[in-house]
Amino acid sequence: MPDLLLDIKGLETQFKTPEGVVHAVNGVSFGLKEGETLGVVGESGCGKSVTMLSVLGLIPSPPGKVVAGEALFSGQDLLKMTNEEIRHVRGAQIGMIFQDPMTSLNPVLTIGRQLEEPLMLHIGMTKHQAQERAAELLSLVGIPNAKERLNDYPHQYSGGMRQRVMIAMALSCSPQILIADEPTTALDVTIQAQIMELVKRLREELGMSIIWITHDLGVVAGIAHRVAVMYGGYIIEEASVNDLFANPSHPYTLGLLGSLPRVDEVEHGRLFSIEGQPPVLYQKPTACPFAPRCKWVMDRCWKENPMLESISNEHRVACWVDTKTGRSR
Amino acid sequence: MNLQNNNEALLKVEDLKMHFPIYRGVLQRQVGAVHAVDGVSFDVKRGETLGLVGESGCGKSTTGRAILQLYKPTAGSVIFEGTDLISLKHEEMRKTRRKIQMIFQDPYASLNPRMTVHDIIAEPMMVHNTAIGKEMNERVEHLLELVNLNPAFASRYPHEFSGGQRQRIGIARALALQPSFIVCDEPISALDVSIQAQVVNLLEELQEQFNLTYLFIAHDLSMVRHISKRVAVMYLGVIMELADRDDLYLSPLHPYTQALLSAVPIPDPIADSKRRRVILEGDVPSPVNPPSGCRFRTRCPIAEKMCAESRPDFREVTPGHFVACHLVK
Repeated sequence: MPDLLLDIKGLETQFKTPEGVVHAVNGVSFGLKEGETLGVVGESGCGKSVTMLSVLGLIPSPPGKVVAGEALFSGQDLLKMTNEEIRHVRGAQIGMIFQDPMTSLNPVLTIGRQLEEPLMLHIGMTKHQAQERAAELLSLVGIPNAKERLNDYPHQYSGGMRQRVMIAMALSCSPQILIADEPTTALDVTIQAQIMELVKRLREELGMSIIWITHDLGVVAGIAHRVAVMYGGYIIEEASVNDLFANPSHPYTLGLLGSLPRVDEVEHGRLFSIEGQPPVLYQKPTACPFAPRCKWVMDRCWKENPMLESISNEHRVACWVDTKTGRSR
Repeated sequence: MNLQNNNEALLKVEDLKMHFPIYRGVLQRQVGAVHAVDGVSFDVKRGETLGLVGESGCGKSTTGRAILQLYKPTAGSVIFEGTDLISLKHEEMRKTRRKIQMIFQDPYASLNPRMTVHDIIAEPMMVHNTAIGKEMNERVEHLLELVNLNPAFASRYPHEFSGGQRQRIGIARALALQPSFIVCDEPISALDVSIQAQVVNLLEELQEQFNLTYLFIAHDLSMVRHISKRVAVMYLGVIMELADRDDLYLSPLHPYTQALLSAVPIPDPIADSKRRRVILEGDVPSPVNPPSGCRFRTRCPIAEKMCAESRPDFREVTPGHFVACHLVK
């Protein structure tokens, strides 16, 4: 498909640990369209962050290794690039924001210096031009008195403001794609609401495509156009945001939604809980990774791993069970 | 202030203040204080769950710790079953702690890694001499069964368990002395979504079985709505609003509560897009120099001149619904 900005096929990433090889990502394929926001949801260890780090060439190696797959970005395979080549893509064409805005900023450099660096490095601006642009960027992300605040150090900013700085930094070279890895998880809800509002505004103004990684289904509902749910290193369900929440079709997605209390709902019963815990995969699964926790599990689920298949237009599920009837689809 | 149903209250907190002094200079003179908790009053009735919510730094955890006398409160009283805990001598307080226990946020930091699960759960019984020998071992087994852990695991160490299992161990330890009141300080916020529901269901089951009273401290407003009977909202060391659960969530009166509730993402894209969102400007001010008058006035969308002049009373506007705001009629 030519309209895909980023096309990831069959990505597999493994980590060597003293206990054995952990199969963190086991054949993940998805595409990102122009102007689209894709939400990637899953719990810790499901492979959502590793997938994105693999694409960006940020997996520490050793112990990590991307063993298979390709990631096409404007016709080029990011996974085959040298360190030097991918460094020009990162920051310039693909921007990134990480979870913890305190550890992602250098505490001994001023905010201004950190904002100016990529501008001079990637775009070749002069010091003076970079200073102007850095002030513009800070006011773009809603920091008052931007010019003076360029001389501040990260500790002089609050958590929400630091995350705004991270966004400004990610946007500094006008990237085509923004990858945000749990950008609001460390923030309070009122600040999270500010940041989500900001990202939505910037996406309209700048026409970026966004990949937003989170464990919070509520956040995804508010920001994504399309959602991929990950479990055990696989995408187990993928659909448009409205379709996913209206017709969740994988038992894991259903369980996850059922286990969430809602702030707008009056209910008094017990929460639905998925028993057991997420797997750590020392082998590439030969069965469905969710089988041990699934209440619809069938004989077949223990023998083969279901592929991601379409059940309706743009809605794909890796499960044989029709959760509405409880029978094989 | 006159709270209703005095006789039912298991715990009554009155005008509790907890200020942490700040020392500076060679002579270590006190130059100020962090006003972490600055005059909060509420009661907790026997058998109920009172939710205490607020953003980071609002003083909710400090309130919980000051109730247990883990900090020596600056002022106020904490009356538990008719006795003021603040006036108790060390030894008397130690005895009272049998009835008041705590479950901590971080299941990785709150269990001693060098002790077996058996020793962790047995320790309170040894300290308080409530059981020894065979009786104690049976009690540990029973407690492990209560929290749905296999008693055969008693000889293992904490690192062999997952986060959710560790939190169950922490709960078993809290139950070891058959307390009547448990302070749950963010007991699920370090856990994955699918595990949170398991732990919350367990807490609810135990509450029914043993008629436990909980003070449930959390920042997750959806979960607090699910588990609490009444809810108190804190901001910068002060309770802004306290009401029955549904009353608070369906008709919040304080502008802060309204903004906070509107900022919580809902896992439903259609319901989410229909909501009216109040985005608060700026950040929480420092508790070292809190704003004069109403603490929230610097971010309040409807603040008036009077809000800076005097601190609003925490008054009962409808039966059981308390608000600290000048502008609520």
